Amino acid sequence: MTIERKEIEKLATLSRLAIDEKTIADVTGRLSSVLALVDQLQNANTDSLQEISRPFHTSQRLRDDEVSETDQRDAFQAIAPETHNGLFTVPKMIE
Amino acid sequence: MHNYTIAELIKGLQNNEFSSVELTQHFLDRISQLNDDYNAIITVTGEQALNAATLADQRLSLGDAPAMCGVPILHKDIFCTDGVRTSCGSKMLDNFIPPYNATVVENFARDGAVMLGKTNMDEFAMGSSNETSFYGPVKNPWATDSVPGGSSGGSAAAIAARLAPGATATDTGGSIRQPAALCGISGLKPTYGRVSRWGMIAFASSLDQAGPMARTAEDCAILLNCMASFDEKDSTSVDKNVPDYTASLGNSVKGLKIGIPKEYFSEGLHPGTEVAVRKALADLEAQGAELVEISLPNSELSVPAYYVIAPAEASANLSRFDGVKYGYRCENPKDLQDMYCRSRTEGFGEEVQRRILIGTYCLSAGYYDAYYGKAQQVRQLIQQDFSDAFKSVDLIMGPTCPSPAFKFGAKGDDPVAMYLEDIYTIATNLAGLPGMSVPCGIVEDKPVGLQIIGNYFDEARILNVAHQFQQITNWHQQTPEAIS
Repeated sequence: MTIERKEIEKLATLSRLAIDEKTIADVTGRLSSVLALVDQLQNANTDSLQEISRPFHTSQRLRDDEVSETDQRDAFQAIAPETHNGLFTVPKMIE
Repeated sequence: MHNYTIAELIKGLQNNEFSSVELTQHFLDRISQLNDDYNAIITVTGEQALNAATLADQRLSLGDAPAMCGVPILHKDIFCTDGVRTSCGSKMLDNFIPPYNATVVENFARDGAVMLGKTNMDEFAMGSSNETSFYGPVKNPWATDSVPGGSSGGSAAAIAARLAPGATATDTGGSIRQPAALCGISGLKPTYGRVSRWGMIAFASSLDQAGPMARTAEDCAILLNCMASFDEKDSTSVDKNVPDYTASLGNSVKGLKIGIPKEYFSEGLHPGTEVAVRKALADLEAQGAELVEISLPNSELSVPAYYVIAPAEASANLSRFDGVKYGYRCENPKDLQDMYCRSRTEGFGEEVQRRILIGTYCLSAGYYDAYYGKAQQVRQLIQQDFSDAFKSVDLIMGPTCPSPAFKFGAKGDDPVAMYLEDIYTIATNLAGLPGMSVPCGIVEDKPVGLQIIGNYFDEARILNVAHQFQQITNWHQQTPEAIS
Protein backbone atom coordinates (compact mmCIF):
# COMPACT_ATOMS: atom_id res chain seq x y z
CA MET A 1 0.00 0.00 0.00
CA THR A 2 1.28 3.46 -0.77
CA ILE A 3 0.72 6.38 1.46
CA GLU A 4 -0.30 9.81 0.18
CA ARG A 5 1.53 12.99 0.97
CA LYS A 6 -1.60 14.41 2.62
CA GLU A 7 -1.70 11.45 5.00
CA ILE A 8 1.93 11.96 5.95
CA GLU A 9 1.19 15.56 6.79
CA LYS A 10 -1.72 14.47 8.99
CA LEU A 11 0.43 11.82 10.73
CA ALA A 12 3.14 14.40 11.35
CA THR A 13 0.59 16.69 13.00
CA LEU A 14 -0.78 13.86 15.15
CA SER A 15 2.77 12.86 16.13
CA ARG A 16 3.86 16.45 16.83
CA LEU A 17 6.66 16.16 14.29
CA ALA A 18 7.54 18.54 11.46
CA ILE A 19 8.57 17.18 8.07
CA ASP A 20 10.19 19.77 5.83
CA GLU A 21 9.47 20.17 2.13
CA LYS A 22 12.86 18.82 1.10
CA THR A 23 12.44 15.44 2.77
CA ILE A 24 8.71 14.76 2.46
CA ALA A 25 9.03 12.76 -0.78
CA ASP A 26 11.77 10.66 0.76
CA VAL A 27 9.81 10.06 3.97
CA THR A 28 6.72 9.12 1.94
CA GLY A 29 8.70 6.59 -0.10
CA ARG A 30 10.30 4.95 2.92
CA LEU A 31 7.08 4.76 4.89
CA SER A 32 5.37 3.19 1.88
CA SER A 33 8.01 0.48 1.72
CA VAL A 34 7.53 -0.31 5.42
CA LEU A 35 3.75 -0.41 4.97
CA ALA A 36 4.19 -2.80 2.03
CA LEU A 37 6.10 -5.07 4.41
CA VAL A 38 3.46 -4.96 7.12
CA ASP A 39 0.68 -5.48 4.58
CA GLN A 40 1.81 -9.13 4.40
CA LEU A 41 -0.24 -9.53 7.59
CA GLN A 42 -3.43 -9.24 5.58
CA ASN A 43 -2.81 -12.70 4.07
CA ALA A 44 -2.83 -14.42 7.45
CA ASN A 45 -5.92 -16.33 8.44
CA THR A 46 -6.71 -15.04 11.91
CA ASP A 47 -10.42 -15.92 12.05
CA SER A 48 -11.54 -16.72 15.59
CA LEU A 49 -8.19 -15.63 17.07
CA GLN A 50 -8.13 -13.15 19.89
CA GLU A 51 -5.85 -10.13 19.96
CA ILE A 52 -3.13 -10.64 22.55
CA SER A 53 -1.40 -7.64 23.97
CA ARG A 54 1.01 -9.48 26.24
CA PRO A 55 3.28 -12.43 25.50
CA PHE A 56 1.56 -14.67 28.02
CA HIS A 57 -1.35 -14.44 30.36
CA THR A 58 -0.70 -12.79 33.68
CA SER A 59 -3.23 -11.02 35.79
CA GLN A 60 -2.57 -7.47 36.83
CA ARG A 61 -1.31 -7.21 40.38
CA LEU A 62 -3.21 -4.87 42.65
CA ARG A 63 -2.02 -3.04 45.71
CA ASP A 64 -3.65 -1.21 48.57
CA ASP A 65 -4.67 2.33 47.74
CA GLU A 66 -2.07 3.96 49.95
CA VAL A 67 0.50 6.63 49.29
CA SER A 68 3.71 4.79 48.45
CA GLU A 69 5.83 7.57 46.99
CA THR A 70 7.65 10.25 48.90
CA ASP A 71 7.80 13.82 47.63
CA GLN A 72 10.64 14.03 45.09
CA ARG A 73 9.56 17.23 43.39
CA ASP A 74 12.81 19.08 43.88
CA ALA A 75 14.89 16.21 42.48
CA PHE A 76 12.72 15.95 39.39
CA GLN A 77 12.42 19.67 38.83
CA ALA A 78 16.19 20.07 39.03
CA ILE A 79 16.38 18.42 35.58
CA ALA A 80 13.42 20.25 34.01
CA PRO A 81 13.97 22.72 31.16
CA GLU A 82 12.06 25.49 33.00
CA THR A 83 10.30 25.72 36.37
CA HIS A 84 8.81 28.45 38.49
CA ASN A 85 7.81 28.16 42.17
CA GLY A 86 7.55 24.38 41.99
CA LEU A 87 5.64 24.36 38.69
CA PHE A 88 6.80 23.23 35.25
CA THR A 89 6.48 26.21 32.94
CA VAL A 90 5.67 26.19 29.21
CA PRO A 91 5.17 28.95 26.62
CA LYS A 92 1.96 30.90 26.75
CA MET A 93 -1.01 28.93 25.40
CA ILE A 94 -3.69 31.63 25.21
CA GLU A 95 -3.07 35.17 23.99
CA MET B 1 43.39 -9.23 33.45
CA HIS B 2 41.10 -8.14 30.59
CA ASN B 3 41.24 -11.62 29.07
CA TYR B 4 39.82 -13.23 32.20
CA THR B 5 36.18 -14.26 32.24
CA ILE B 6 33.91 -12.96 34.99
CA ALA B 7 34.11 -16.39 36.67
CA GLU B 8 37.92 -16.10 36.69
CA LEU B 9 37.82 -12.50 37.92
CA ILE B 10 35.56 -13.50 40.82
CA LYS B 11 38.08 -16.18 41.85
CA GLY B 12 40.97 -13.72 41.51
CA LEU B 13 39.20 -11.11 43.65
CA GLN B 14 38.14 -13.59 46.31
CA ASN B 15 41.63 -15.15 46.45
CA ASN B 16 43.26 -11.72 46.72
CA GLU B 17 45.27 -12.12 43.49
CA PHE B 18 44.31 -8.54 42.62
CA SER B 19 42.06 -5.90 44.13
CA SER B 20 38.91 -4.44 42.63
CA VAL B 21 40.68 -1.05 42.49
CA GLU B 22 43.52 -2.56 40.42
CA LEU B 23 41.06 -4.36 38.18
CA THR B 24 38.87 -1.28 37.73
CA GLN B 25 41.89 0.91 36.96
CA HIS B 26 43.06 -1.65 34.40
CA PHE B 27 39.75 -1.51 32.53
CA LEU B 28 39.54 2.29 32.81
CA ASP B 29 43.03 2.49 31.26
CA ARG B 30 41.94 0.22 28.41
CA ILE B 31 38.83 2.31 27.87
CA SER B 32 40.85 5.51 27.67
CA GLN B 33 43.29 3.89 25.21
CA LEU B 34 40.82 2.08 22.99
CA ASN B 35 37.33 3.52 23.21
CA ASP B 36 38.01 6.13 20.53
CA ASP B 37 38.68 3.28 18.10
CA TYR B 38 35.26 1.67 18.67
CA ASN B 39 33.02 4.38 20.15
CA ALA B 40 31.44 1.70 22.33
CA ILE B 41 31.02 3.82 25.46
CA ILE B 42 29.18 7.15 25.67
CA THR B 43 29.97 8.07 29.28
CA VAL B 44 32.89 6.80 31.39
CA THR B 45 32.35 7.03 35.15
CA GLY B 46 35.97 6.70 36.27
CA GLU B 47 35.91 8.44 39.63
CA GLN B 48 32.65 6.81 40.68
CA ALA B 49 34.00 3.43 39.57
CA LEU B 50 37.15 3.74 41.66
CA ASN B 51 35.10 4.78 44.70
CA ALA B 52 32.83 1.77 44.22
CA ALA B 53 35.88 -0.46 43.79
CA THR B 54 37.37 0.81 47.07
CA LEU B 55 34.13 -0.06 48.86
CA ALA B 56 34.04 -3.46 47.12
CA ASP B 57 37.59 -4.20 48.31
CA GLN B 58 36.53 -3.44 51.88
CA ARG B 59 33.56 -5.79 51.51
CA LEU B 60 35.74 -8.49 49.97
CA SER B 61 38.23 -8.23 52.82
CA LEU B 62 35.43 -8.99 55.30
CA GLY B 63 34.60 -12.22 53.42
CA ASP B 64 31.17 -13.50 52.33
CA ALA B 65 30.73 -10.83 49.64
CA PRO B 66 28.25 -11.53 46.79
CA ALA B 67 29.70 -13.07 43.62
CA MET B 68 29.68 -9.84 41.60
CA CYS B 69 31.38 -7.78 44.34
CA GLY B 70 34.26 -5.81 42.82
CA VAL B 71 33.65 -6.98 39.23
CA PRO B 72 33.63 -4.08 36.73
CA ILE B 73 30.76 -3.96 34.24
CA LEU B 74 29.14 -1.54 31.80
CA HIS B 75 25.48 -0.57 31.62
CA LYS B 76 23.66 0.08 28.38
CA ASP B 77 22.74 3.76 28.28
CA ILE B 78 19.04 2.85 28.40
CA PHE B 79 19.15 2.10 32.16
CA CYS B 80 18.67 5.09 34.43
CA THR B 81 21.68 5.75 36.64
CA ASP B 82 21.41 8.11 39.59
CA GLY B 83 23.46 11.23 38.89
CA VAL B 84 24.92 9.87 35.63
CA ARG B 85 23.64 10.97 32.23
CA THR B 86 21.29 8.44 30.61
CA SER B 87 20.97 9.40 26.97
CA CYS B 88 19.34 6.35 25.33
CA GLY B 89 21.57 7.25 22.37
CA SER B 90 19.43 10.31 21.66
CA LYS B 91 19.89 14.06 21.46
CA MET B 92 16.49 14.16 23.23
CA LEU B 93 18.14 12.88 26.43
CA ASP B 94 21.66 14.23 25.93
CA ASN B 95 21.14 16.40 29.02
CA PHE B 96 19.12 13.89 31.08
CA ILE B 97 20.62 13.04 34.47
CA PRO B 98 18.16 10.75 36.27
CA PRO B 99 17.67 11.17 40.01
CA TYR B 100 17.31 7.40 40.50
CA ASN B 101 18.71 4.00 39.52
CA ALA B 102 16.95 1.40 37.40
CA THR B 103 16.26 -1.79 39.37
CA VAL B 104 18.85 -3.66 37.28
CA VAL B 105 21.48 -1.02 38.13
CA GLU B 106 20.42 -1.15 41.76
CA ASN B 107 20.74 -4.97 41.84
CA PHE B 108 24.34 -4.79 40.60
CA ALA B 109 25.16 -1.92 42.98
CA ARG B 110 23.66 -3.91 45.88
CA ASP B 111 26.02 -6.78 45.12
CA GLY B 112 29.04 -4.45 44.86
CA ALA B 113 29.59 -4.62 41.08
CA VAL B 114 31.53 -1.64 39.73
CA MET B 115 29.98 0.46 36.94
CA LEU B 116 32.68 1.60 34.48
CA GLY B 117 30.30 3.64 32.33
CA LYS B 118 27.37 3.64 29.92
CA THR B 119 27.42 2.00 26.51
CA ASN B 120 26.47 3.37 23.11
CA MET B 121 23.31 2.13 21.42
CA ASP B 122 20.90 2.77 18.60
CA GLU B 123 18.70 5.75 19.42
CA PHE B 124 15.94 4.57 21.80
CA ALA B 125 17.08 1.01 20.92
CA MET B 126 15.64 1.36 17.41
CA GLY B 127 18.13 -0.18 15.05
CA SER B 128 20.14 -3.25 14.15
CA SER B 129 23.44 -1.59 13.30
CA ASN B 130 24.11 1.13 15.86
CA GLU B 131 24.08 3.64 13.03
CA THR B 132 21.15 5.56 14.53
CA SER B 133 22.99 6.68 17.70
CA PHE B 134 23.21 10.44 18.26
CA TYR B 135 26.78 9.78 19.44
CA GLY B 136 27.89 8.17 16.19
CA PRO B 137 28.06 4.51 15.24
CA VAL B 138 29.89 1.86 17.25
CA LYS B 139 32.56 0.04 15.24
CA ASN B 140 32.83 -3.73 15.26
CA PRO B 141 36.17 -4.75 16.84
CA TRP B 142 36.40 -7.60 14.31
CA ALA B 143 36.27 -5.22 11.35
CA THR B 144 36.01 -1.50 11.99
CA ASP B 145 34.36 -0.89 8.60
CA SER B 146 31.45 -3.08 9.74
CA VAL B 147 28.53 -2.64 12.11
CA PRO B 148 28.53 -4.23 15.58
CA GLY B 149 24.79 -4.95 15.32
CA GLY B 150 22.19 -3.25 17.42
CA SER B 151 20.71 -1.94 19.40
CA SER B 152 23.05 -3.12 22.18
CA GLY B 153 26.07 -2.70 19.86
CA GLY B 154 28.06 -0.67 22.38
CA SER B 155 27.77 -3.35 25.07
CA ALA B 156 28.69 -6.09 22.57
CA ALA B 157 31.65 -4.23 21.04
CA ALA B 158 32.99 -3.21 24.46
CA ILE B 159 33.06 -6.87 25.55
CA ALA B 160 34.63 -8.01 22.27
CA ALA B 161 37.30 -5.29 22.63
CA ARG B 162 37.90 -6.38 26.23
CA LEU B 163 36.88 -2.98 27.62
CA ALA B 164 34.73 -4.79 30.18
CA PRO B 165 34.11 -8.43 31.01
CA GLY B 166 30.31 -8.07 30.95
CA ALA B 167 27.52 -5.62 30.34
CA THR B 168 23.79 -5.13 30.60
CA ALA B 169 21.71 -4.92 27.45
CA THR B 170 18.10 -4.97 26.26
CA ASP B 171 16.28 -6.89 23.55
CA THR B 172 13.02 -5.83 21.90
CA GLY B 173 13.43 -7.67 18.58
CA GLY B 174 16.94 -9.10 18.77
CA SER B 175 18.94 -6.26 20.31
CA ILE B 176 20.93 -8.56 22.61
CA ARG B 177 21.29 -11.63 20.41
CA GLN B 178 22.09 -9.99 17.06
CA PRO B 179 24.97 -7.76 18.30
CA ALA B 180 26.24 -10.67 20.42
CA ALA B 181 26.40 -12.75 17.24
CA LEU B 182 28.06 -10.05 15.13
CA CYS B 183 30.67 -9.27 17.81
CA GLY B 184 31.47 -12.90 18.72
CA ILE B 185 30.23 -12.85 22.31
CA SER B 186 27.41 -14.50 24.29
CA GLY B 187 24.12 -12.75 25.09
CA LEU B 188 20.85 -13.86 26.64
CA LYS B 189 17.37 -12.38 26.31
CA PRO B 190 15.43 -13.80 29.27
CA THR B 191 11.69 -14.56 29.35
CA TYR B 192 9.49 -11.46 29.26
CA GLY B 193 9.03 -10.45 32.91
CA ARG B 194 12.11 -12.25 34.28
CA VAL B 195 14.20 -9.08 34.70
CA SER B 196 12.72 -5.83 36.01
CA ARG B 197 12.29 -3.01 33.52
CA TRP B 198 11.79 -0.30 36.10
CA GLY B 199 14.06 2.59 35.15
CA MET B 200 14.74 1.10 31.71
CA ILE B 201 13.64 3.59 29.08
CA ALA B 202 10.64 2.09 27.28
CA PHE B 203 10.61 1.32 23.56
CA ALA B 204 7.88 -1.32 22.99
CA SER B 205 6.47 -2.33 26.34
CA SER B 206 5.01 -5.72 25.40
CA LEU B 207 8.36 -6.82 23.91
CA ASP B 208 11.20 -5.13 25.85
CA GLN B 209 13.33 -7.29 28.10
CA ALA B 210 16.73 -6.75 29.73
CA GLY B 211 19.47 -9.35 29.79
CA PRO B 212 23.20 -9.98 30.18
CA MET B 213 26.08 -9.99 27.71
CA ALA B 214 29.52 -11.50 28.36
CA ARG B 215 32.07 -13.67 26.62
CA THR B 216 30.80 -16.98 27.98
CA ALA B 217 27.50 -18.61 28.89
CA GLU B 218 28.82 -19.18 32.41
CA ASP B 219 29.40 -15.43 32.79
CA CYS B 220 25.88 -14.71 31.49
CA ALA B 221 24.55 -17.07 34.17
CA ILE B 222 26.48 -15.19 36.87
CA LEU B 223 25.17 -11.85 35.58
CA LEU B 224 21.58 -13.12 35.32
CA ASN B 225 21.73 -14.32 38.93
CA CYS B 226 22.23 -10.69 39.89
CA MET B 227 19.89 -9.08 37.31
CA ALA B 228 16.81 -11.25 37.69
CA SER B 229 14.42 -10.36 40.49
CA PHE B 230 10.77 -9.83 41.18
CA ASP B 231 10.07 -6.11 41.30
CA GLU B 232 6.88 -4.59 42.71
CA LYS B 233 7.68 -1.43 40.77
CA ASP B 234 7.36 -3.15 37.38
CA SER B 235 3.83 -4.40 36.76
CA THR B 236 5.12 -6.87 34.13
CA SER B 237 7.68 -8.39 36.51
CA VAL B 238 6.84 -12.03 37.22
CA ASP B 239 6.81 -13.19 40.82
CA LYS B 240 8.65 -16.46 40.34
CA ASN B 241 11.62 -17.94 42.14
CA VAL B 242 14.99 -17.02 40.60
CA PRO B 243 17.11 -20.19 40.47
CA ASP B 244 20.90 -20.20 40.69
CA TYR B 245 21.62 -20.22 36.96
CA THR B 246 25.17 -21.49 37.52
CA ALA B 247 23.99 -24.61 39.38
CA SER B 248 22.93 -26.58 36.31
CA LEU B 249 25.70 -25.52 33.89
CA GLY B 250 27.45 -28.86 34.25
CA ASN B 251 24.47 -31.02 33.24
CA SER B 252 24.97 -33.32 30.27
CA VAL B 253 23.20 -32.65 26.96
CA LYS B 254 22.68 -36.40 26.44
CA GLY B 255 19.10 -37.15 25.45
CA LEU B 256 18.22 -33.48 24.96
CA LYS B 257 15.82 -32.93 22.05
CA ILE B 258 16.77 -29.96 19.89
CA GLY B 259 14.21 -28.70 17.36
CA ILE B 260 15.61 -27.32 14.11
CA PRO B 261 13.02 -25.13 12.39
CA LYS B 262 13.23 -25.63 8.65
CA GLU B 263 12.06 -22.03 8.12
CA TYR B 264 15.30 -20.78 9.73
CA PHE B 265 17.42 -22.41 7.04
CA SER B 266 15.74 -21.05 3.95
CA GLU B 267 16.41 -18.36 1.38
CA GLY B 268 18.36 -15.37 2.65
CA LEU B 269 20.65 -17.31 5.00
CA HIS B 270 24.34 -16.78 4.17
CA PRO B 271 25.82 -20.16 3.13
CA GLY B 272 28.80 -19.66 5.45
CA THR B 273 26.52 -18.99 8.40
CA GLU B 274 24.49 -22.09 7.56
CA VAL B 275 27.61 -24.28 7.50
CA ALA B 276 28.75 -22.90 10.88
CA VAL B 277 25.35 -23.39 12.51
CA ARG B 278 24.93 -26.92 11.13
CA LYS B 279 28.42 -27.81 12.39
CA ALA B 280 27.48 -26.51 15.86
CA LEU B 281 24.33 -28.66 15.83
CA ALA B 282 26.38 -31.68 14.77
CA ASP B 283 28.78 -31.00 17.67
CA LEU B 284 25.87 -31.13 20.11
CA GLU B 285 24.52 -34.24 18.43
CA ALA B 286 27.91 -35.88 18.94
CA GLN B 287 27.51 -35.18 22.65
CA GLY B 288 24.26 -37.15 22.72
CA ALA B 289 21.64 -34.52 21.87
CA GLU B 290 18.93 -35.53 19.42
CA LEU B 291 18.21 -33.22 16.47
CA VAL B 292 14.59 -33.07 15.36
CA GLU B 293 13.38 -31.15 12.31
CA ILE B 294 10.40 -28.98 13.22
CA SER B 295 8.29 -26.32 11.55
CA LEU B 296 7.35 -22.86 12.77
CA PRO B 297 4.91 -22.25 9.91
CA ASN B 298 4.06 -18.64 10.71
CA SER B 299 7.68 -17.45 10.99
CA GLU B 300 7.43 -15.25 7.93
CA LEU B 301 4.70 -13.20 9.62
CA SER B 302 6.85 -12.25 12.58
CA VAL B 303 8.69 -9.34 10.93
CA PRO B 304 5.50 -7.70 9.60
CA ALA B 305 3.72 -8.20 12.96
CA TYR B 306 6.69 -6.76 14.81
CA TYR B 307 6.85 -3.68 12.59
CA VAL B 308 3.27 -2.88 13.51
CA ILE B 309 3.40 -3.67 17.24
CA ALA B 310 6.81 -2.19 18.06
CA PRO B 311 6.28 1.18 16.31
CA ALA B 312 2.71 1.42 17.67
CA GLU B 313 3.93 0.97 21.24
CA ALA B 314 6.93 3.22 20.58
CA SER B 315 4.74 6.03 19.28
CA ALA B 316 2.75 5.88 22.53
CA ASN B 317 5.82 5.55 24.78
CA LEU B 318 7.72 8.35 23.08
CA SER B 319 4.82 10.78 23.36
CA ARG B 320 6.21 11.59 26.80
CA PHE B 321 9.13 13.43 25.22
CA ASP B 322 7.58 16.85 24.78
CA GLY B 323 10.16 19.26 26.17
CA VAL B 324 8.16 19.94 29.35
CA LYS B 325 9.54 18.01 32.30
CA TYR B 326 12.95 16.74 31.20
CA GLY B 327 15.03 16.19 28.11
CA TYR B 328 15.53 18.47 25.12
CA ARG B 329 13.53 21.67 24.67
CA CYS B 330 13.92 23.75 21.48
CA GLU B 331 15.18 27.33 21.61
CA ASN B 332 12.65 30.20 21.80
CA PRO B 333 9.37 28.33 21.19
CA LYS B 334 6.69 30.70 19.96
CA ASP B 335 3.85 28.76 21.58
CA LEU B 336 3.12 25.39 23.17
CA GLN B 337 2.47 23.53 19.92
CA ASP B 338 5.66 24.94 18.41
CA MET B 339 7.57 23.78 21.49
CA TYR B 340 6.21 20.23 21.25
CA CYS B 341 6.77 19.99 17.53
CA ARG B 342 10.25 21.51 17.30
CA SER B 343 11.54 19.83 20.49
CA ARG B 344 10.54 16.45 19.06
CA THR B 345 11.68 17.13 15.51
CA GLU B 346 15.06 18.48 16.63
CA GLY B 347 15.46 15.97 19.47
CA PHE B 348 14.64 12.70 17.65
CA GLY B 349 16.68 11.22 14.82
CA GLU B 350 15.36 9.98 11.47
CA GLU B 351 14.68 6.32 12.34
CA VAL B 352 12.90 7.21 15.58
CA GLN B 353 10.69 9.71 13.73
CA ARG B 354 9.94 7.11 11.05
CA ARG B 355 8.80 4.60 13.66
CA ILE B 356 6.67 7.16 15.46
CA LEU B 357 4.94 7.98 12.15
CA ILE B 358 4.37 4.28 11.34
CA GLY B 359 3.07 3.61 14.83
CA THR B 360 0.75 6.59 14.70
CA TYR B 361 -0.54 5.36 11.34
CA CYS B 362 -1.22 1.83 12.62
CA LEU B 363 -3.06 3.16 15.66
CA SER B 364 -5.05 5.87 13.88
CA ALA B 365 -8.80 5.74 13.37
CA GLY B 366 -9.72 3.55 10.42
CA TYR B 367 -6.45 1.57 10.45
CA TYR B 368 -6.35 0.19 13.97
CA ASP B 369 -8.20 -3.08 13.23
CA ALA B 370 -6.41 -3.73 9.94
CA TYR B 371 -2.94 -3.23 11.43
CA TYR B 372 -2.64 -3.25 15.20
CA GLY B 373 -5.55 -5.62 15.86
CA LYS B 374 -4.43 -7.95 13.09
CA ALA B 375 -0.81 -7.96 14.31
CA GLN B 376 -1.96 -8.87 17.82
CA GLN B 377 -3.90 -11.81 16.38
CA VAL B 378 -0.89 -12.91 14.33
CA ARG B 379 1.11 -12.78 17.52
CA GLN B 380 -1.09 -15.58 18.81
CA LEU B 381 -0.33 -17.66 15.70
CA ILE B 382 3.39 -17.23 16.30
CA GLN B 383 3.06 -18.11 19.96
CA GLN B 384 1.05 -21.21 19.03
CA ASP B 385 3.83 -22.32 16.64
CA PHE B 386 6.29 -22.32 19.54
CA SER B 387 3.99 -24.01 22.04
CA ASP B 388 3.28 -26.77 19.48
CA ALA B 389 7.03 -27.20 18.93
CA PHE B 390 7.83 -27.36 22.64
CA LYS B 391 5.47 -30.32 23.01
CA SER B 392 8.09 -32.46 21.29
CA VAL B 393 11.44 -30.71 21.83
CA ASP B 394 13.35 -29.18 24.77
CA LEU B 395 15.07 -26.36 22.92
CA ILE B 396 14.97 -24.80 19.45
CA MET B 397 18.16 -23.85 17.63
CA GLY B 398 19.15 -22.06 14.45
CA PRO B 399 21.13 -19.06 13.25
CA THR B 400 20.94 -15.82 15.23
CA CYS B 401 21.08 -13.67 12.12
CA PRO B 402 21.21 -14.25 8.37
CA SER B 403 24.84 -13.23 7.77
CA PRO B 404 28.00 -11.89 9.42
CA ALA B 405 28.34 -8.15 10.17
CA PHE B 406 27.63 -5.93 7.15
CA LYS B 407 29.49 -2.74 6.27
CA PHE B 408 28.40 0.70 7.42
CA GLY B 409 25.84 2.22 5.08
CA ALA B 410 25.12 -1.12 3.38
CA LYS B 411 21.44 -1.02 4.33
CA GLY B 412 21.14 2.71 4.85
CA ASP B 413 18.61 3.59 2.16
CA ASP B 414 16.21 0.75 2.73
CA PRO B 415 14.60 0.43 6.16
CA VAL B 416 13.03 -2.91 5.20
CA ALA B 417 16.43 -4.49 4.40
CA MET B 418 17.59 -3.45 7.87
CA TYR B 419 14.43 -4.81 9.49
CA LEU B 420 15.02 -8.24 7.91
CA GLU B 421 18.30 -8.45 9.85
CA ASP B 422 16.16 -9.53 12.84
CA ILE B 423 14.19 -12.18 10.95
CA TYR B 424 15.27 -15.05 13.23
CA THR B 425 15.14 -13.18 16.53
CA ILE B 426 11.85 -11.25 16.44
CA ALA B 427 9.48 -14.20 16.90
CA THR B 428 10.79 -14.98 20.38
CA ASN B 429 10.04 -11.41 21.49
CA LEU B 430 6.51 -11.64 20.11
CA ALA B 431 6.03 -14.89 22.04
CA GLY B 432 7.92 -13.62 25.13
CA LEU B 433 10.30 -16.59 25.10
CA PRO B 434 13.94 -16.60 26.22
CA GLY B 435 16.68 -16.81 23.58
CA MET B 436 20.44 -16.72 23.53
CA SER B 437 23.23 -16.26 21.00
CA VAL B 438 26.62 -17.92 21.38
CA PRO B 439 29.54 -17.72 18.94
CA CYS B 440 29.65 -20.74 16.61
CA GLY B 441 32.03 -19.90 13.79
CA ILE B 442 33.99 -17.34 11.80
CA VAL B 443 32.73 -16.45 8.33
CA GLU B 444 34.61 -13.97 6.12
CA ASP B 445 36.82 -13.18 9.14
CA LYS B 446 33.80 -12.19 11.23
CA PRO B 447 31.94 -14.15 13.92
CA VAL B 448 28.48 -15.69 13.55
CA GLY B 449 26.09 -16.90 16.24
CA LEU B 450 24.05 -19.95 17.15
CA GLN B 451 20.65 -19.05 18.56
CA ILE B 452 19.18 -21.18 21.36
CA ILE B 453 15.49 -20.64 22.13
CA GLY B 454 13.88 -22.12 25.23
CA ASN B 455 10.44 -22.46 26.73
CA TYR B 456 9.17 -19.87 29.24
CA PHE B 457 11.50 -19.43 32.23
CA ASP B 458 13.84 -22.13 30.92
CA GLU B 459 16.91 -19.86 30.99
CA ALA B 460 18.81 -22.38 33.13
CA ARG B 461 18.55 -25.03 30.41
CA ILE B 462 19.58 -22.60 27.67
CA LEU B 463 22.62 -21.53 29.69
CA ASN B 464 23.45 -25.16 30.50
CA VAL B 465 23.50 -26.19 26.83
CA ALA B 466 25.36 -23.03 25.80
CA HIS B 467 27.97 -23.76 28.48
CA GLN B 468 28.30 -27.38 27.39
CA PHE B 469 28.76 -26.19 23.79
CA GLN B 470 31.54 -23.89 25.01
CA GLN B 471 33.24 -26.83 26.73
CA ILE B 472 33.65 -28.61 23.38
CA THR B 473 34.31 -25.59 21.11
CA ASN B 474 36.52 -22.52 21.37
CA TRP B 475 34.60 -20.00 19.24
CA HIS B 476 33.87 -17.94 22.37
CA GLN B 477 37.61 -17.65 23.01
CA GLN B 478 38.42 -16.16 19.61
CA THR B 479 39.67 -12.58 19.79
CA PRO B 480 39.57 -9.86 17.14
CA GLU B 481 43.02 -9.42 15.58
CA ALA B 482 43.39 -5.84 16.80
CA ILE B 483 42.70 -6.88 20.40
CA SER B 484 45.38 -8.52 22.49
